[in-house]
Amino acid sequence: MNLFYALIAALASSLLALVLHSLPRIQKIVTFSLLGVSGFFAVATGLVALLLSQHLSFELISTLPNLIWRLKLDPLASFFLIVVGIIVISVSFYGPGYVSGSNQKQSSLTSMYFFTGLFVGSMYLVLFAADVITFMVAWELMSISSYFLVIHHYEQPANRRAALIYFLMAQASGLFILFAFSILIKFTGSMSFAVWHGVSLTANMAHLAFFIALIGFGMKAGVVPLHVWLPKAHPAAPSHISALMSGVMLKVAVYGLIRFTFELLPNIYWQWGAVTLFIGTVSALFGMLYALVQRDLKKVLAYSSVKNIGIIFSALGLSLIFKSLSQPLLAALGLIAALYHSLNHALFKSLLFFGAGVINNLGHERDLERMGGLIKKMPHTAWYFLIGCISISALPPFSGFVSEWLFFQTAIQAPLLENEIMRALVSVAAAIIALTSALAAACFVKVYGVAFLGQPRSLRIQEAHDPDWGMRLAMGFLALLCLLFGILPTFTISALNIVSEQLIKTQLPPTESWLRLVPINSKTSSYGAPLIGVGIVVISIATYYLLHLSYKRAKIKGVKPWDCGYGGINQRMQYSALAFAMPIRRIFFDFFLPQGKIEKDIDRINYSIHINDLILQYIYLPLERLSFLFAKRLAYLQSGNVRVYLTYIFITLILLLWTTAKFG
Amino acid sequence: MVTTLISIFTIFVLLTAFVFIMQDRIHNMINTFIWQSSLLAAATFLTALNTGKMELYISATLTIVLKAIIIPYLLRRLVIKLNIRHKVAAIKYPFLLLIGAASLVFFCYQLIVPTNNIIAISMAVMLLGMLLLITHHKAVSHIIGFMSMENGIFLAVLLGAQGMPMAVELGVAFDVLIATVLFGVFFFQLRKNIDSLDVDRLNLLREDVE
Amino acid sequence: MDHSKIWLTIIQALLFAISAPLFVGITRWVKCQLQNRTAPSVWQPYWSLNKLFHKEVLTATTTSILFRIVPFLVFSITLVIAATIPLFIINATGSTFADVIVIIGLFALIRFLLALAGMDTGTAFGGMGASREMFVSSIAEPAMAMALFAVAMMAGSTNLANIISHLTTYNLYFSPSLILAAFGMVLVALAETGRIPVDNPTAHLELTMIHEAMILEYSGRYLALIEWSSAIKLMLYAALINNIFFPWGIAHDLIWDDVGIGICAFFCKMVVLAVALGFAEVSLAKLRLFRVPNLLGVAFIFGLLAVLIQIIGIN
Repeated sequence: MNLFYALIAALASSLLALVLHSLPRIQKIVTFSLLGVSGFFAVATGLVALLLSQHLSFELISTLPNLIWRLKLDPLASFFLIVVGIIVISVSFYGPGYVSGSNQKQSSLTSMYFFTGLFVGSMYLVLFAADVITFMVAWELMSISSYFLVIHHYEQPANRRAALIYFLMAQASGLFILFAFSILIKFTGSMSFAVWHGVSLTANMAHLAFFIALIGFGMKAGVVPLHVWLPKAHPAAPSHISALMSGVMLKVAVYGLIRFTFELLPNIYWQWGAVTLFIGTVSALFGMLYALVQRDLKKVLAYSSVKNIGIIFSALGLSLIFKSLSQPLLAALGLIAALYHSLNHALFKSLLFFGAGVINNLGHERDLERMGGLIKKMPHTAWYFLIGCISISALPPFSGFVSEWLFFQTAIQAPLLENEIMRALVSVAAAIIALTSALAAACFVKVYGVAFLGQPRSLRIQEAHDPDWGMRLAMGFLALLCLLFGILPTFTISALNIVSEQLIKTQLPPTESWLRLVPINSKTSSYGAPLIGVGIVVISIATYYLLHLSYKRAKIKGVKPWDCGYGGINQRMQYSALAFAMPIRRIFFDFFLPQGKIEKDIDRINYSIHINDLILQYIYLPLERLSFLFAKRLAYLQSGNVRVYLTYIFITLILLLWTTAKFG
Repeated sequence: MVTTLISIFTIFVLLTAFVFIMQDRIHNMINTFIWQSSLLAAATFLTALNTGKMELYISATLTIVLKAIIIPYLLRRLVIKLNIRHKVAAIKYPFLLLIGAASLVFFCYQLIVPTNNIIAISMAVMLLGMLLLITHHKAVSHIIGFMSMENGIFLAVLLGAQGMPMAVELGVAFDVLIATVLFGVFFFQLRKNIDSLDVDRLNLLREDVE
Repeated sequence: MDHSKIWLTIIQALLFAISAPLFVGITRWVKCQLQNRTAPSVWQPYWSLNKLFHKEVLTATTTSILFRIVPFLVFSITLVIAATIPLFIINATGSTFADVIVIIGLFALIRFLLALAGMDTGTAFGGMGASREMFVSSIAEPAMAMALFAVAMMAGSTNLANIISHLTTYNLYFSPSLILAAFGMVLVALAETGRIPVDNPTAHLELTMIHEAMILEYSGRYLALIEWSSAIKLMLYAALINNIFFPWGIAHDLIWDDVGIGICAFFCKMVVLAVALGFAEVSLAKLRLFRVPNLLGVAFIFGLLAVLIQIIGIN
């Protein structure tokens, strides 16, 4: 399978969008089907390369001298290629319906099609890249094209600001990554990743390279405290783009970090693992707490991405710790947990963003407080969304649970570590991740309960209905995958073993049967997901029939819900999202510093609460003020007089000449 | 068997120290103190059984009489006389406090293990008593904190060195008793002077520096 | 796979289901005795369930189909958990399909579904119950995880059967970390099964309810299923505590003498636990909702300390 097919299809989709500008219907169908084709090729290429454990590499000689584009496809890249491909396929089904429902100008649609294709193509290219130039070009292309997608709804000032923050941070992340690469270039004198294998770095240089790369990739992945762009940018973009960004682009950043740390750097030090684990757990807790108190559905999902990225980073941290302290089997387990969670997060987060998009499109709401009762209006969407909610809350037998289970399996082996402090750190991290999983369940009960259950809280939401077949198919496809990856984890694990073989040179022991997932050995732990899933379904159905056969005469009657005898229960008496989260908000008071506000009108009392992102408030805004202050000082240089400018140029020239003569 | 029982009692003493930290009502604190002292006496008694030292039997009796009966009785009377009904502590961030307490225990373990984890626990009991002194701002609970610290030291000596010489022990016991009485007197004076038992109010005594 | 072990698993699950109302009955009987009330028969919960099964079902018109599916799912998940927790014999097949983390996850799934059913009624009660239940569990669940991680680390395994057999073989009942974990686990069990310092199982005063508020709209056989599952859930937690922290006399394999001892020992321990629970419920006062986190925070910290002490102890 040629790895260019996917790339070409994505770019073709982007270019044809421009060509077909004047034929909107054809344009829509052609671009999305080409995207689907590219996703299909990505999955197919990835599957073949992964399962056959192929290492393909290509070199493209460009017209510029000395510039060679090196491309490569190895198991690690193929795994992420599959993840990207699956989401791209589902987007291609979801997109047409979503776009038709959103009533937009043709020109902005064309630009969206164009940049979507470019965005997807650049993500493939990042995964294929085998040298610095290709990687950085693809990376920047990915950032820029996604910037234009974030700013798609540019009419609203908030979105413009979100896009600006996103752009700045994406550029900063690119710079950090380039800096990290440049350290390795300095030591090897080569741009090609292949040459970097086995480079000898001093410990200090390795530390420097790793931590800078961690900042760079972490910024793009959205770990705390570098996450501030994420909850702004993801909700601003159209829903299928949010799905791509949250579900896939963050994973590309994770891919970059894994590639850089596990493959390109020669040694791994335990400090790296400790820092990654720390950042991961902090992100998980922080993201989850903030997700709990949002009222904008898409913001909940964005903050929950921070949480899930936190879990992925924690698992990576565990893997690094175990690898540096020569426990390769557990390192492999941690890595597999991270990869599996990347896959799962891509699936359920895209599914949930699709669901949010449907509500936004057909119910015209993003505010949870105005939703309600959607399960009766859009039953299909409701069931798919429920599966997404259960998966993201890490509940068995769905997919999110498997990866968190693997994470805990790794963490429980902490006693094998030599260092006491490390053992303590790992177990505290496990405790915090356990806390975040419980909070996640609370958060998604809130989201689902308020949005889909109960009674509608606004008029607009009452007119919502299920979307067309394409969007339903996309959501159903992802929901099915959530179920399959949760119930049949052994197959995925054996595929992920190939990646771990490549990076850590160790595999988990082969599974004896597909019924039971046995990560280390059957004495330590096992999880029989298929049996549990089937057991639950079979027993429920059996109970149902047993009861309905034996108690036929006991009829089911619909009555009004209990209203304490006062009568007139209405939708305004339901628990709101704000009220639901109140107890939790109250005990984690320190984190939110909420400023509740009560406004009294003549006939009503409004209570509103505004929750600031603490990191934004205490780190970024002061930084912003500082930079403005600095910029103002700098403005004195700009006097407006041409001769002064010429003097600057003159002085610079002299200085440059001097430095070249002296040091050149 | 006896040693395992001793270690169980020691752990229970640690648990009572945790209970102190999370309590904000004086009656419950006194009850917990009775529990702690009884557990301590039980541990002492078992050690006495184990080693056969006569002093330890006396010490166990002394602990139960003094710390589980007389001092709680005095404290109760004090509470009634001073008419303390409301909370004696305003625990603002119980989670932070708990995390702090847990880290203290961890710290003790870190220092002492692998030699003897029971010593670690007694040290933790002592430090938790100290934490109680820091976090509670009503003077009455300070007595309990002080007593809890004393219990921790006693436990450490008991388990580390199989008890202290009789003379020292008696001295300490009477010190504790006298301290209780003195605290009582001190409280009355305190209330007379600053009209409250809130130790934070003692800040008023500071001369303002210009 | 051994056929006898599979049958054992199924039999244990059914035994859990059958004996659970009895456990509840004994607890209530003890409570009545302590409160000087005339106690109902210990079999009363069975009659109540039977009555509920026969009654007409009323459902609120505001609810959706989810509301009607949840009782069946909850009941079947409870049975699945029952199949994975050893009752009086350790080496049954069930525990190889779900380790302690899966058990925690399945309990969380039950709670998730019940909370959704509560929200589905579209009334203030349902939402209130759901909100409070998720609030309590958001601390109780990690506390339980930590208590169980401590024993799992001790045994180097998360498989419940292996944990119990490790603890029985090495006589580790009295290590500090085990006692801390046991305390944490007991507090969590009280919270998760809705017993007294956290929630009142007999409460029908609206503003203090947690669990009961969530299932307020259920009636007839749906309510029966949910009540039965909560009885089983109580029994499951009791069995977890008994078999992990007091595993005396539990049988390892299918040897008839051992099994006999195992059943007797289990029955005695359960009765002791039921009495203790009844006693605790009578002597404790219900906590204010916002004091509950303090209690569960203590449980969480105990679990964490159990893990930390465990980790430092080994060298």
